[in-house]
Amino acid sequence: MSTTEFEARLRAALHPVEPPGELAARVERTLVELQELAADELESWELSAMRDPRNWARPAAAAVVGAGAGAALVVLRARSRHRRRRDQSANVLDLAERTVRDLADEARRLLPGGD
Amino acid sequence: MRANGDTADAVSDPQPLSKSELDRSFSELYRTHLRDVYSYAYYRVGNHHDAEDLTEQTFLQAYRHYERALRESVGRPLRPWLIRIAHNLAANYYRDRARRPESAIEDAAVISAPHTTETLVEGREELERILAGVQQLPDDRREALIMRFALGMDNREIARALGRSDGATKVLLHRAIKQLEGIVEQPAPDGAAAGVRAS
Repeated sequence: MSTTEFEARLRAALHPVEPPGELAARVERTLVELQELAADELESWELSAMRDPRNWARPAAAAVVGAGAGAALVVLRARSRHRRRRDQSANVLDLAERTVRDLADEARRLLPGGD
Repeated sequence: MRANGDTADAVSDPQPLSKSELDRSFSELYRTHLRDVYSYAYYRVGNHHDAEDLTEQTFLQAYRHYERALRESVGRPLRPWLIRIAHNLAANYYRDRARRPESAIEDAAVISAPHTTETLVEGREELERILAGVQQLPDDRREALIMRFALGMDNREIARALGRSDGATKVLLHRAIKQLEGIVEQPAPDGAAAGVRAS
């Protein structure tokens, strides 16, 4: 077999693989959720709470997420814990609350000085 | 003009993009190269489940650094950059889990051209031998072959993805093909092809 023939067979063996249909939607959804969660986190924060420096970490963490830095890591880590949260949650609201809390905790860990 | 896959990867406009323009541009890059990244991931890790995770992580990581990559690409295609991210993540994947690519590749290649049953079986076995041979290659040679044959990347793109010179990449590909030819031509021990049989 000539090298050209071998390359043709190699090309047939290593053909491009189509991604599953729902993968595209899943990644896009993750990116959108990422931005929305960060925005919600900031909007829902009461300005009065900002008087206490101990509360500054939370919106700062959201800002970090919104800006993109560390965002992928936050979501991936949070996603990996999604199933556990779902099992622990009593209902959808409880699950949503746990998800937001988990994302905030994860983002806080990424901040300098975070634990 | 905004990023549009490889054509619009060529953003030479010094004006920074707004956030929404960046997001739109990234979406196009993502749609253009999803299959490339997925194919690469699949041949690297050997199963669809991990390939999906690796693909997702690659795009999230890319999103995180997209603005800078766009700025620094100076008009060059961003596909090598994406594949390099996948390459690094795959390396971490193996380091974290202390494992090599799985020897069996799910859903091994099927032959698309019409064949008789006999030639179909022979062709399939040959493709399985080739896939098994690819898995036996050293990492850099295996990756170069995946980029060339599964993704259709040229030498320059592969060089950028692997962080090598064009010349070194050409040599790498040549040696990879020769080594693989040698592996495939060896008489297969009984049942060897079963190691790469589609699940």
